[in-house]
Amino acid sequence: MSAAPEHAPTMARLSVGQRLGPYAPVLLLAAIMAIGHLAIPATSSWLTLTLSGLAMGMMIFIMASGLTLVFGLMDVINFGHGAFVSVGAFVGVSFLLLLEHMSGASSLTLNLTALMVAIVGAMAATGLMGWAFERVIVKPVYGHHLKQILVTMGGLIVVEQLIIVLWGPEEIYITRPESLKGAITFAGAALEKYRLVAVGIGIVVFLAMRWTLRRTKIGLIVRAGVENGEMVMALGYNLRLVFIGVFVAGSALAGLGGVLWGLYQEVVTAHMGNQTMILVFIVVIIGGLGSVEGCFIGALMVGLLQNYVAFLEPKAALISNIALMVAILMWRPMGMIPVVKAK
Amino acid sequence: MLKTLLSGDMPRAPILSALLVVILICLALAPFLFPGVRSVDTAARICIFIVLVASYDLLLGYGGIVSFAHTMFFGLGAYGVALASTHLGRGFDSLLIGTLGGAAVAATLALVIGLFSLRVRAIFFAMITLAVASAVAVLVSQLSGLTGGEDGLSFKIPRALGPAFKFADGEIFGVKANGKLLKYYLIFGACLILFLLMLRIVNSPFGRVLQSIRENDFRAEAIGYRVVHYRVAATCLSAAIAACAGALYAIWLRYVGPDTTLSMEIMIDILLMVVIGGMGTMYGAVIGATLFVLAQNYLQNLLSLAGDSVATLPLLPDLLNADRWLLWLGVLFILSVYFFPTGIVGRLRNN
Amino acid sequence: MSDPILKLEGVFTNIAQYHILQGVDLTVPRGEVTMLLGRNGVGKTTTLRTIIGHWRAHQGRVLLDGTDITGLPTPQIARAGIGFVPEDMGIFADLTVEENMILAAVSGPIDQTRLQWLFTVFPALETFWKKDAGTLSGGQKQMLSIARAMIEERTLYLIDEPTKGLAPAIITTMARAIKELKAQGASILLVEQNFAVAKALGDSANVMDDGRMIWSGRMSELTEDTALQERLMGLSMEAH
Repeated sequence: MSAAPEHAPTMARLSVGQRLGPYAPVLLLAAIMAIGHLAIPATSSWLTLTLSGLAMGMMIFIMASGLTLVFGLMDVINFGHGAFVSVGAFVGVSFLLLLEHMSGASSLTLNLTALMVAIVGAMAATGLMGWAFERVIVKPVYGHHLKQILVTMGGLIVVEQLIIVLWGPEEIYITRPESLKGAITFAGAALEKYRLVAVGIGIVVFLAMRWTLRRTKIGLIVRAGVENGEMVMALGYNLRLVFIGVFVAGSALAGLGGVLWGLYQEVVTAHMGNQTMILVFIVVIIGGLGSVEGCFIGALMVGLLQNYVAFLEPKAALISNIALMVAILMWRPMGMIPVVKAK
Repeated sequence: MLKTLLSGDMPRAPILSALLVVILICLALAPFLFPGVRSVDTAARICIFIVLVASYDLLLGYGGIVSFAHTMFFGLGAYGVALASTHLGRGFDSLLIGTLGGAAVAATLALVIGLFSLRVRAIFFAMITLAVASAVAVLVSQLSGLTGGEDGLSFKIPRALGPAFKFADGEIFGVKANGKLLKYYLIFGACLILFLLMLRIVNSPFGRVLQSIRENDFRAEAIGYRVVHYRVAATCLSAAIAACAGALYAIWLRYVGPDTTLSMEIMIDILLMVVIGGMGTMYGAVIGATLFVLAQNYLQNLLSLAGDSVATLPLLPDLLNADRWLLWLGVLFILSVYFFPTGIVGRLRNN
Repeated sequence: MSDPILKLEGVFTNIAQYHILQGVDLTVPRGEVTMLLGRNGVGKTTTLRTIIGHWRAHQGRVLLDGTDITGLPTPQIARAGIGFVPEDMGIFADLTVEENMILAAVSGPIDQTRLQWLFTVFPALETFWKKDAGTLSGGQKQMLSIARAMIEERTLYLIDEPTKGLAPAIITTMARAIKELKAQGASILLVEQNFAVAKALGDSANVMDDGRMIWSGRMSELTEDTALQERLMGLSMEAH
């Protein structure tokens, strides 16, 4: 009997580069903030821009997280994801207009209640819509990328048109709840209250998602499923069901993102979702398709860069993000935090 | 003779052949058969969109790659002609330089995007093209000093293509023998040549390799074809031809602007035309583009009639509103991808 | 002897346009270690993957404990009592050893007594309990893969080449684990290329060639007959 000689693993000291490798994305994020400060020496402007960059990044993350997980888990790419953003925004805005007496009142409690109602309503609507979308649009084209792209794009067109049917072709202007208007002053910088709230909500969503993925069994199933779905099924888990759950949750988050984005822009249009998809796609690509952490860091990078560059040279803002994507793909072709696939 | 012209790729179905012949005759004789300003304009748009849609099909139907940057390439050609005519003065040389310049830029950009995304995953390509195309569209509307921004650029084309130019006395079969007629035939001839060229490409060994990659890229790679090279080459070709179509469109309109060339709506129109006509068949582009442009110009009237007839009912009038025809096209689009992935041409060929 | 735990009747499996299994008949007796032998690429792995439902049998039947499980979804087949150790081990590299095991305990929290027993069989698991599974060595990954299948009691284990590329010391550990499983009354279907292991563990043996079963019998008959080995597999155990 013979066996292959034992492969003796050597525990050589890792070089600095190798040890820093896993933290490189976070360091890169810090580097962007530092370079931003060098380019914008006035601390007050830099602080304002950093806050709005973080707020924007958080909102993009909320919208993108579902998309990246859905792709990681079932290899499904949903080009209609933007539809959930738009619908979420319209439903949320409708609730806020309905509750105008609450959101317009000068009471923080009433304002936040109105906002919560709008968010819950929007998330319920888009979650339900996500379930229907998965059943009707996505399910028949599993494992077929080309058809997935076409069909989900078709779904996007239909949903956008239905929004126009239901809410009319005009954009709807919306004012933020009374106590979220205006800014507070910190270290000489004007920090918009609404952006602070958006950052807060983003952090809560990220931590909740991280906790779910790390500490619950369903989270373990999702993480394992992203890596090797076949094995998860061979252990006895119905991954299809888990996938539908993730799709619905991702759609609901897109709806939440839509409400936040709508209030950020103070106007909602049927096409706003697809417009945000440009940044969302950049984020999921540079983060690494399927990686929630990558998506988070990528979203913050994109948000910060967009705001810094827009301050320095407005016309270069969107191009700067394309440049960021190109640079990151040259460095890591599968994105910053590539997801290990079993096959 | 005919067979050589069509590169051996015959329509292979009697109804399809008949349809194609009717379309060809109508387009070839459009100024004489339908002498209104609007109908000749429609005919020219059909010619140009056939080329644009066929060049997209080269990528989608033959290469199996989804791109959302096709309008960007289309726009590059159009802006090329407009910029050349504005800065170099009116003239055929400006048109040629603009077209070639636009096509070269389009092909280069396609090469870069292709190398970046197709190397990793074909699916990156769809996302990256969407991002890049949107960024370019925004950039074009911002750089108003160069591009005219949202207003676009109007420019002068050679006198020989204008209505004031008379190349013969009086009329030919009741149609004024002026530069406008020449311009139509310039568009028609160029589109016909480009279409036959694409027919040749897809039926060449290159086209066949491309199709085998679409069927099974692992196997094609295993046989020894460099899948990425073929896909990138297809992307560049498709981009260059789209740019030529854009140049022709700019010449026809004597105008270029974000709405006529770069908008997402046109991208969606192209997708609909390819899928409804039939992916992976050049003739699908002919049928798809013709039907779509005709529908766009004339069917909307019908839809508004239907909307008026149910005006008393709730919601239905909104659904049948002429502006909502994209809604029904979207539904039709999804259904075609599910049930008729080979489109009208595939249906006709199977019968 | 009672009814077999698993029975394949004339199973055909196609992958794309290739006919991989062409009428496989297989009986796995209860409480025994059944070997599935044969050269590379004859359909052993495909047989296991068809049983667990990763591939769908186009023809024929798969009976688990007398129940027809042909064409059922994989999770349902697994929950009917099958533990699966795939050829590539199927380790979740991004998860820790602990998380891999928590996932493997499908019906609830991990049974601590059973876990302690697994730690005695595979001591390395306890050492690397909190480490990412991706950082384990090949042998440790294989142990984790088998331990994962063993964390809950199953009626049938499908194990695909557990000794592939492993050091002799680890092969001994694997062999002991499989013996302990058998001692607990489980039935095991084992794909193996290492004849010494097959000889030591196997009760009955089945030899495949070209998508069919070409010989079935007791392992002892095969080990004693060099000419038969030569004929079935093109090489003898001694030569290997």
